[in-house]
Amino acid sequence: MAVYSTNEIRGGAKIIVDGDPCTVIDNEFVKPGKGQAFNRIKYRNLKTGRVVERTYKSGESIAAADVVDVEAQYLYNDGSHWHFMQQDNYEQFVVDDIVVGEAKQWLKEQSDCMLTLWNGLPLAVAAPNFVILKIVETDPGVRGDTSGGGGKPAKLETGAIVRIPLFIQEGELIRVDTRNSTYVSRAKESS
Amino acid sequence: MMSWQPSATIAALHKRAEVIARIRQFFAERGVLEVDTPVLSHGTITDPYVVGIPAFFTSMGRHEEKTLYLQTSPEYAMKRLLAAGSGPIYQMNKAFRQGEVGRLHNPEFTILEWYRPGFDHHDLMDEMDLLLQTVLEVDKAERVSYADLFMRHLGLNPHSVSIETLMVCAHSKRIVVDGNITHRDTWLDLLWTHCIEPVVGQDRPIFLYDFPASQALLAKIRQEDQPVASRFEVYFKGIELANGFHELQDAVEQGKRFAADLAFRKQHGLPDRPLDHRFLAALEHGLPDCAGVALGVDRLVMLRLGHPFVSDVISFDFERA
Repeated sequence: MAVYSTNEIRGGAKIIVDGDPCTVIDNEFVKPGKGQAFNRIKYRNLKTGRVVERTYKSGESIAAADVVDVEAQYLYNDGSHWHFMQQDNYEQFVVDDIVVGEAKQWLKEQSDCMLTLWNGLPLAVAAPNFVILKIVETDPGVRGDTSGGGGKPAKLETGAIVRIPLFIQEGELIRVDTRNSTYVSRAKESS
Repeated sequence: MMSWQPSATIAALHKRAEVIARIRQFFAERGVLEVDTPVLSHGTITDPYVVGIPAFFTSMGRHEEKTLYLQTSPEYAMKRLLAAGSGPIYQMNKAFRQGEVGRLHNPEFTILEWYRPGFDHHDLMDEMDLLLQTVLEVDKAERVSYADLFMRHLGLNPHSVSIETLMVCAHSKRIVVDGNITHRDTWLDLLWTHCIEPVVGQDRPIFLYDFPASQALLAKIRQEDQPVASRFEVYFKGIELANGFHELQDAVEQGKRFAADLAFRKQHGLPDRPLDHRFLAALEHGLPDCAGVALGVDRLVMLRLGHPFVSDVISFDFERA
């Protein structure tokens, strides 16, 4: 099993802590007075999403996690599971509800996603940063309004709810930033 | 492509030069002699956690290499000058520490070290305070004993508390440590770095004095309610700036501390170190009663400029050297 020394670990490194795969957020070298050196490593547990800090003696080894991100296309949902296909080798993955998590509200068939694999098994799904989706339900806009104001809620074809400007109507396509669930612009055609 | 450019801006280097000029002026005004001792030395220190970087010397036409060391600080050589009758001295030079790379650490750094015959650690704290007020343009520093600070922030007496109580305290502060730490001073260090250092000395520097005797290093130990080391450290905005001692003069006691370091090294599988016999011989001859302190100049410049990384104030940091 591959290992890192605490001093080699940078933000983004994937490590195993207490058996769980984690991604390193920050690693600070600490040398108190004339004492022993430490590394304060802050990481996100990729299974639970929790951010934790742990202090290691400087120079200790930490197991590397075999975690990779691969580009995958979302194929379809069979009623209980989501099916994806890795872009470069056409390998297919069946992913359950928990692993898909928040990403599911943005998933439309054939959208390009990022699958995080741990030892070859799906650990997390990230939707594309931007998606183009059709509005399936929203109140009619107020005449004369152009862009500003508070906006109104709209339901999208994937089930997500976002706030949109009042002048946008049901049936239109919009571009949405999935990282903060916000409307970006009107769109011409779906991607 | 590898970057050839400096890690500091040219503007930062101008400010750095100003800080260094102010320091030299400060000592010139006080009649402290500037000296320059070897960076490359036959001896090195025995400290388990401060390690010199070896350098290999070969005589012309020979193959055998002699292991020398880049200095970790100019302390031993400067004390030999003091024993030889130099009077008050200071030096600004490069020092080297094995393995120390990070936001606040560069393995090669600029150290300011000075010694004052006739001073104890409180007198030297007074002088250091003036230097910081001059260079950093800050208010007079806060001054508090190591014991009072631990009592204030954690409700513990660091001189007498058991290792078990320290571990429970760390746990209650949500400090999670990987692996086993069996050294009492290391738990004190951890509580210091996690719980106290980040919150003290934010508006003005703080001087921390009278350390546990187990952390005396090269300081005199006094007998109070418990033995305490006449040592101080300086912190500002969570950054350790300086470490000073009312200097140990007793050659026999110094020899014992070296032996204890070497025994600790052996016990923990760390490599052996040659003793600096020239330094011990100078102590036997007689070191004047004095106090001395070492200050990290790069960190001082960081604080002056408000930069978060030591690499911001070094022309070429370790990665680019």
